[in-house]
Amino acid sequence: MTDLLFGLNWPQLAAALMLASTPILLAALGELVVERAGVLNLGVEGMMILGAVAGFAAGVETGAPLWGFLAAALAGAGLALLFGVLTQLLLANQVAAGLALTLFGLGLSALVGQGYQGIKPPPLARLEVPLLSEIPVLGPVLFRHDPVVYLSLLLVLATALFLARTRAGLILRAVGEDAAAAHALGYRVVRIRLLAIAWGGALAGLGGAHLSLVRVPQWTEGMTAGAGWIALALVVFAGWRSGRLLLGAYLFGGITVLQLNLQAAGIAVPVELLSMSPYLVTILVLVIMSSGRARAALAAPADLGRPFHAAA
Amino acid sequence: MPPAGRVLLSVEGLTKAYPGVLANDAVSFAVAEGEVHALLGENGAGKSTLVKAIYGLVRPDAGRMTFRGRPYAPAEPRAARAAGVAMVFQHFSLFEALSVAENIALGMERPPPLRELGRRIAAVSRAYGLPLDPLRRVGDLSAGERQRVEIVRCLLQDPKLLIMDEPTSVLTPQEATILFHTLRKLAAGGTAILYISHKLEEIRALCDAATILRHGRAVASLDPRRHGTRALAELMVGASFAPPARAGRAAGPTVLAVEGLTLAPAGGFGRGPGEVSFTVAAGEILGIGGVAGNGQDALLDALSGERPSAPGAVRLNGRPVGALGPAARRALGLSAAPEERLGHAAAPDMSLTENALVTAQVRERLTRRGFVDWARTRAFAERVIARFDVRTPGPGAAARALSGGNLQKFLIGREILQRPVVLAVNQPTWGVDAAAAAAIRRALIDLAAEGAAVVMISQDLDELLEIADRFAVLNEGRLTPPRPTAGLSLEEIGLMMGGAHGMHEIAGGPRRETGPAAPP
Repeated sequence: MTDLLFGLNWPQLAAALMLASTPILLAALGELVVERAGVLNLGVEGMMILGAVAGFAAGVETGAPLWGFLAAALAGAGLALLFGVLTQLLLANQVAAGLALTLFGLGLSALVGQGYQGIKPPPLARLEVPLLSEIPVLGPVLFRHDPVVYLSLLLVLATALFLARTRAGLILRAVGEDAAAAHALGYRVVRIRLLAIAWGGALAGLGGAHLSLVRVPQWTEGMTAGAGWIALALVVFAGWRSGRLLLGAYLFGGITVLQLNLQAAGIAVPVELLSMSPYLVTILVLVIMSSGRARAALAAPADLGRPFHAAA
Repeated sequence: MPPAGRVLLSVEGLTKAYPGVLANDAVSFAVAEGEVHALLGENGAGKSTLVKAIYGLVRPDAGRMTFRGRPYAPAEPRAARAAGVAMVFQHFSLFEALSVAENIALGMERPPPLRELGRRIAAVSRAYGLPLDPLRRVGDLSAGERQRVEIVRCLLQDPKLLIMDEPTSVLTPQEATILFHTLRKLAAGGTAILYISHKLEEIRALCDAATILRHGRAVASLDPRRHGTRALAELMVGASFAPPARAGRAAGPTVLAVEGLTLAPAGGFGRGPGEVSFTVAAGEILGIGGVAGNGQDALLDALSGERPSAPGAVRLNGRPVGALGPAARRALGLSAAPEERLGHAAAPDMSLTENALVTAQVRERLTRRGFVDWARTRAFAERVIARFDVRTPGPGAAARALSGGNLQKFLIGREILQRPVVLAVNQPTWGVDAAAAAAIRRALIDLAAEGAAVVMISQDLDELLEIADRFAVLNEGRLTPPRPTAGLSLEEIGLMMGGAHGMHEIAGGPRRETGPAAPP
């Protein structure tokens, strides 16, 4: 029934790809909005892992995975707001604060998660789209996932529309391009940036919870294992555009899935090489894009990472 | 047309203090409907603070304002805009990565959908002779076109009072003419204009009334057309001063020869690199005009040695120096003072002594066997401070702590005291108050009188015509042949400046040649 090539089950692989990519897709989507508002939050990894443990704990305690996802989003947003207060109100250095956030998140999640190791979380029901999921090959690949996978796809579309078509999105982009000019027009730069930061944290938390509640599913210390950094690289790779972000996330997610399956199939590609590849690809893309003419296409927000202080 | 005189905006006793400075000290004045009202004053006189208070960006400490007969105290620009006050900033508050229409939408309270907005932009810009393509990216526009975006943004809100902060500082004479035409049209339609400038000639040509600020106080309200520029200038500065006079002199031998120098196109627009050739003689000042962004920075870098060129492209006393770096050129006597004071000409957080060391160490022998001779360096910095009247606590002050004018006097003085053979300066008086600007011009004239050659790049035409012996224009990386300044008319200069962006539209012709395929 299924095509076998290199001894791999390709439709199953494709479905696994969507599942594996969802955490980094969510986290990167949040970080994209944050960076379009001109803030560089390097704490994605920390927010993801805190979301993972918060979601897991809430899911286990309530027995309902949806409460878990809600708790994860709140925990991520809360940690992000800590970063927001430090960088936007107290004008701390964004890079240093972001790195500290990652380390803090890793430590805090290990502490919170101590009682939850080796437990199975309540399962999240798959949302089988009626009729469509009956289509041979395509059905199982596309239409038999959990609700969060569909939510992530919906958010890709929503983010694209928000940034390109809505007034709020326009204002957010303006703040990221030139905070001083936006302030001169009367927009509240700090408030807008704080909102974006909280949103980014919530999505990173959701991504983390998807990892611990659906993908793995269990809680292990340090289980994000660099997914947050991949999400950060992905935003750059995607040139700050959500459409390309989807492509990138599935590409990078695909590499992860492929790596596991290749190992299982006994094909000798060093694991390390494959786990390096997302970063190598990002570096490659950066080099190609920042050389010469393609620079404009890269379209990094002009005020990215620059602190803003409203001087009278 | 003189307005009938119903008061639109009145300001009474407005006071705003910043730590250590009284920016506005009980300022009172009034603007009538349909009046073009000038706000005159030197840098630091308090003009910006005053208009920021009117536009709601600054909250005054004391004082009252009324607008259209009602008390007026905007807490934020949004409130000011809602009341009918619009402002065009000196440094444009535009977003380069966004389109013209998106930029305009950002400045409106309730913008219509982008397509409808595009139609309205086209309509307004046609009505006032300010052509704009709503879909173009602002980053690709010239300075004049960017200003149009700001003006159209204001006009779409149908303001009763339009504030313009130094609007002509970035324009060619032709673009300024278009702007004046637009402003008169607006005033005739009943919109009052508050016009900030320190260019006296244009205020006398344009404005119905003027309020002069000095050290935060309104010292006079008058009709600028009834007073000479000299009288206005003295009111601004508070003392009488004579403009430097230049006697024609015989030029000496050629010391600097530039031939076939190519400047990479600046900022991604333009028609590709052009070639620059000129010579400067000992004792001569060559003035190079043109709108910023046309290769001025590249030219200065090519002269200073930051941007190496073919060895023969730059010759100093016949010797090819094009391939040499800045230190080697400075050792031979070719010095330069770039435009950007903080971060290029001076390291902002370093002391004046340290900043003096950076360029003067070779010619003034301030280092010995790799060690800095701090005593000599400090003495050199003190000499610069004393000779050029730099107002600072001492040579230990950080460059950042000095005002623009004082820092510029120090930086130009630092080069002059090294007795250069050739000195190249870019925008030496930009953002500098009138007194310091006069002192800097005086210093350059004196340097030339002592036999040095001076290349002065500036956007201030009046200044170039005042002190330069010959004048050329840099336009899109190309230099016009230099012409003697004596007897040069403003029209001829306008023609030399060539592609005055926007002139074609007035004649109904096609847009700029650089636009994406616009056949007539």
